[in-house]
Amino acid sequence: MYRYDSFDHQITAERVAQFRDQVRRRLSGELAEDEFRILRLQNGLYMQIHAYMMRIAVPYGMVSSDQMRMFAHIARKYDRGYGHFTTRQNIQFNWLKLQDAPDILADLATVEMHANQTSGNCIRNTTSDEFAGVARDEIIDPRPYAEILRQWSTFHPEFGFLPRKFKFSITGATTDRAAIAVNDVGMQAVRNEQGEVGFRVLVGGGLGRTPFIGTEIAAFIPWQHILTYSESIVRVFNEYGRRDNLYKARIKILVNAIGIDEFRRQVEEDWKFTKDGPCTVTQAELERVAACFIAPAYEKLTDVILPSDNKAFSNWVARNVKPHKVAGYASVVLSLKNAGIAPGDATDAQMDAVAALSDKYSFGELRITHMQNLVLADVKQADLFALWEAAKASGLATPNIGLLTDIICCPGGDYCTLANARSITLAKAIDERFDDLDYLHDIGDVDLNISGCINACGHHHVGHIGILGVDKSGEEWYQITIGGNKGSPANIGKVIGRSFSFAQIPEVISRLLQVYVAKRDEGERFIDTLRRVGPDPFKEFVYATPVPEEAKLLMPDYELMAQGTPYDTPLYSPRF
Amino acid sequence: MTTTKQIIKNSTVVNDDWSVLRLQEGDTAETVTVPVGKTLVPLKVWLAQQTVLLHRADIGVWFASDERVEDLQDHVAKFSVIGVDFPKFGDGRGYTIAYRLRERSGYRGELRAIGDVLRDQLFYMQRAGFDAFAVRADKDIHEALKSLKDFSITYQASTDEAQPLFRRVQRGA
Repeated sequence: MYRYDSFDHQITAERVAQFRDQVRRRLSGELAEDEFRILRLQNGLYMQIHAYMMRIAVPYGMVSSDQMRMFAHIARKYDRGYGHFTTRQNIQFNWLKLQDAPDILADLATVEMHANQTSGNCIRNTTSDEFAGVARDEIIDPRPYAEILRQWSTFHPEFGFLPRKFKFSITGATTDRAAIAVNDVGMQAVRNEQGEVGFRVLVGGGLGRTPFIGTEIAAFIPWQHILTYSESIVRVFNEYGRRDNLYKARIKILVNAIGIDEFRRQVEEDWKFTKDGPCTVTQAELERVAACFIAPAYEKLTDVILPSDNKAFSNWVARNVKPHKVAGYASVVLSLKNAGIAPGDATDAQMDAVAALSDKYSFGELRITHMQNLVLADVKQADLFALWEAAKASGLATPNIGLLTDIICCPGGDYCTLANARSITLAKAIDERFDDLDYLHDIGDVDLNISGCINACGHHHVGHIGILGVDKSGEEWYQITIGGNKGSPANIGKVIGRSFSFAQIPEVISRLLQVYVAKRDEGERFIDTLRRVGPDPFKEFVYATPVPEEAKLLMPDYELMAQGTPYDTPLYSPRF
Repeated sequence: MTTTKQIIKNSTVVNDDWSVLRLQEGDTAETVTVPVGKTLVPLKVWLAQQTVLLHRADIGVWFASDERVEDLQDHVAKFSVIGVDFPKFGDGRGYTIAYRLRERSGYRGELRAIGDVLRDQLFYMQRAGFDAFAVRADKDIHEALKSLKDFSITYQASTDEAQPLFRRVQRGA
């Protein structure tokens, strides 16, 4: 893990003091909400339907057991006893008071954490591979570079008020688990013919209302130059990105409008002034940061043959245990996708439990995945059974990683002011319909993504099956896309046809899966079959006969979340 | 035409006798009358009337957020004051304009933020190259002054620090 030095501590402390004063001025009326809004967003604080939400930065998804225990503390002390892990490897708390926000930041600072730039039109938390440092297909460990980018982008004075938010993602592996092609800037480590490390750089990827796959702007930027090169990209965006229309303000729109060649020319024109200048990363700085990410003290072990007489354990191993580059070790994914629970949610007790598990089995470190699960990266294979039993006791051992019920989902209409439709409640309905584990394991890998609106926080465009909440005359409807993929290679799904009601969706998914089962070849995943036979058989079968509504989904039980709660409404809530 | 009575300059509140010319409806850059006295004129007025204005020592120029430093390139050194307008505080183009004036055009005179200039943006503005701030008239300029000291350490290089933190100090301490 990266450890703060005295300078990081000082900067973080000064940020807390700055925001404390800003909150004070807001509460006294000295600052108008319009002026305060941008300030609170840059500290991760949103105003949702029921309360304030804070998004805490988890740089590239790495978290220590002490930091995880701090999340549990925040859940208990300031929230309602739970938190929500996000697709950008962060954590959000949904039931906060504005008055508490400065204290929360101060508590976080004690464990070297913050909420800097987790929202707003600035450079956001850099995401990375959840198996960084342990994956077998890794060229280099991307985390030192992610940390160097984090520091460069933190309070960058020129880039605090960009046309729109700006997201970096970086991977050091050959398989892209960091969705680099759907970020504003994606970096993939490569070695040149001399064996030197550099990055292939993609620009202009993104989801939202106009999804684009990123385009290569540079085939090889030597690692020393990633800051100056990134700075030139963001500078050109700051100058030329559209500011007249919120929905056309992302860099993807600019790159698409002027073309990648012209955009590259402008970046290089700017870069020539700073390339090789003082912001070139030094060997000493790389080594200082990289020293925080050296491999833990692995024991010399050999691979273990796991017990095969326990079907539940074998199911879990098949789905939730991943290969490790060191013999005798494995990486374990703890599922936060349990029936009836919002995807990515964990209680304070679960957070404390995973912290203890990481201390006992994985060198006291955890990772948050963009699939909204948790990873223990360095577990001895010999400990897997004991770990499984402990995880099961905390409700963290659902054997569904990569399966249909490993749903990515945004907060949706139950919480979010932007949503057209409910997401969490729909995820719950799908979970309940597909509760047969044997069936799910037979279906195998399917990425199901739900977004409650076109802002695409649930990344529906890159789900093998994507569900998008749409508004038709004030009613919630859902549009289905199929064929998206988040990486290696990334592509955008296509809409299958007219939209469906909430209560029709489980049946629609069932029909898509029936086509897959009928058409699949041996060993083919859903996405492989879909690519081979094309979308038409799927569309035809879904629409061949009227899609019935599932009766129980029309009952009031499924509307409870939408009615909201009378919990402390935020000071200036837009809805109350 | 508006007059700012006090501004922050070099981290102090000082009286100010410059006025800012803004084109009103019906005005054109070619025909608008530039008043006597110290005046910051819009870049396009300068470009349209420079043969006359060139002879006045009491003229400064200001950039709108969508204007380009290159348009003034050869003349930057002539001015003792250059302004950059923030039409809304959330429009961040002015930071890059300031950076380019300082780093690429070598401008060393007064660089003044005008328009929607608020306390909580001053720290970044100062780093990007501004040394003068015409804080919005309804705000307390003395209170605003405090935010120039929000941070004592910064990670990146900018116009105020040529070196990033990792070259400035021994990290890891």
